[in-house]
Amino acid sequence: MPYGPKVIEHFTNPRNVGEMKGADGVGKASNDIDGDVVVIYIKIADGKIIDVRFQTFGCAAAIASSSMFTEMIRGKSVEDALKIDKQMVAQAFEDGMPENKIECSIIAPEALKEAVADYRRKRIH
Amino acid sequence: MQRIYFDNSATTRPDPRVVEAMRPYLDQWYGNASSLHTFGRESFNALEEARRRTSKAIGAQVREIIFTSGGTESDNLAIQGVAFANLQRGNHVITSAIEHHAVLNTCRFLESQGFRVTYLPVDPEGVIEPESLKSAMRKDTILVSVMAANNEIGTLQDVRELGAIAHDGGAIFHTDAVQSIGKVPLDVSRDNIDLLAISAHKFHGPKGVGALYIRKGTSIRPLVYGGGQERGLRSSTENVPGIVGLGKAIEISMAEIDESVKKMTSIRDYIIKRTLSAVDGCYLNGSRDRRLCNNANFRFDYVEGEALVLSLDIKGIATSTGSACSSRDSETSHVLKAIGIRNEQARGSLRISLSRLNTMEEAERYLEVIPEAISRLRSISPVAMLSKSTVKGG
Repeated sequence: MPYGPKVIEHFTNPRNVGEMKGADGVGKASNDIDGDVVVIYIKIADGKIIDVRFQTFGCAAAIASSSMFTEMIRGKSVEDALKIDKQMVAQAFEDGMPENKIECSIIAPEALKEAVADYRRKRIH
Repeated sequence: MQRIYFDNSATTRPDPRVVEAMRPYLDQWYGNASSLHTFGRESFNALEEARRRTSKAIGAQVREIIFTSGGTESDNLAIQGVAFANLQRGNHVITSAIEHHAVLNTCRFLESQGFRVTYLPVDPEGVIEPESLKSAMRKDTILVSVMAANNEIGTLQDVRELGAIAHDGGAIFHTDAVQSIGKVPLDVSRDNIDLLAISAHKFHGPKGVGALYIRKGTSIRPLVYGGGQERGLRSSTENVPGIVGLGKAIEISMAEIDESVKKMTSIRDYIIKRTLSAVDGCYLNGSRDRRLCNNANFRFDYVEGEALVLSLDIKGIATSTGSACSSRDSETSHVLKAIGIRNEQARGSLRISLSRLNTMEEAERYLEVIPEAISRLRSISPVAMLSKSTVKGG
């Protein structure tokens, strides 16, 4: 199944790309099967994600889904953002995300979990 | 947008002369080649003319050619057909680690049926050392199958030498020549070939039609039983328009081979030289010189192949990659693996495969686009966190 237009659009013009200096939390997730790597940077204020950036090494699905995910979590409370899973990201592409890409390529939600853990660790110290 | 087609190892554009030659057999002479009436005779004659053209292209006798549905069927018929027909002589088959799946998966099937298969390794350029074939040969080796030219990295094998070794050991020699027609001249007598697989759509013919050369006297069993067409080796009403297209395409390819090879070689060399100099962290996969005139295969640090193919497609350039990324099929190319490229590096591979229809202007356009596409993907990638040893691939 080929990629739908929304996947191609996010792949061509990814939102929120790049490293973030002075992030409150940084998290990395990788896929051992095919080697995709996603890094998520977050800035948090009053329990809300006020800014987010990502970097992704991987196929078009990995890049587009990272971009989509950052759009979905921006402005959300940390708690709500953590509830967004692979399937919800896939659904945001309106049937444009091939089924066989969901498990292996949508790993940004896992990177967010790591970023939040990193943020919480930093706050304790 | 002007689209550039650089994926000719996947399939080629049918030559307008081929389409023209096929047309009467679609709408006017639609007879069954087995029928006695004029319709049938017209089809029969067209079939035999295509057979003559095909045999001429590879130095075979007319009766040694049979038509099939394509390269995959030809490889299957050659390998399964010979293996099962020669069981009383032995059950050992030799092939290489870099064959097309049409050969590899057929050999795996043979293993499931009790045959023993040796998969010869290749050197870092993708070459099978004749010595390694010599030492793999056994008394019970019945068949050796080695491709003439590799579809991914374009490495050319010394078919003549490998065929001679197979014959010395009393084995039948098959070659998958799907990528070679119109690019590498082959002669079945000179090159010690007993079976040779051809696919029409790889040389500007139609899809769904291929041929198999079978040396006279080779014992082989059919895969498909029925009305006994193609000397009983491939029953089924012949695909006359397709076969006519194959015949026309192979005739044109051979008539224009010198000119075509010269043109493709110069574009290929330009693309290789300029890509390597224009992009950092870029390497050529395969051999610099011992390769198909239409093939360039690169790998790029910190870039994933599928994302690169899509980036180029957005700019109107059609290419392919050895990296298939999905939960169903996360294997990187078995060919890149066989030449010793680590998974993480194999993920950034890009194949450019030319035809005689491509131009130097198209190469120029590609060279404008490629550095941009690579640096865009690297700018999205967490390069600093991807030291080569930490990126896993699969």
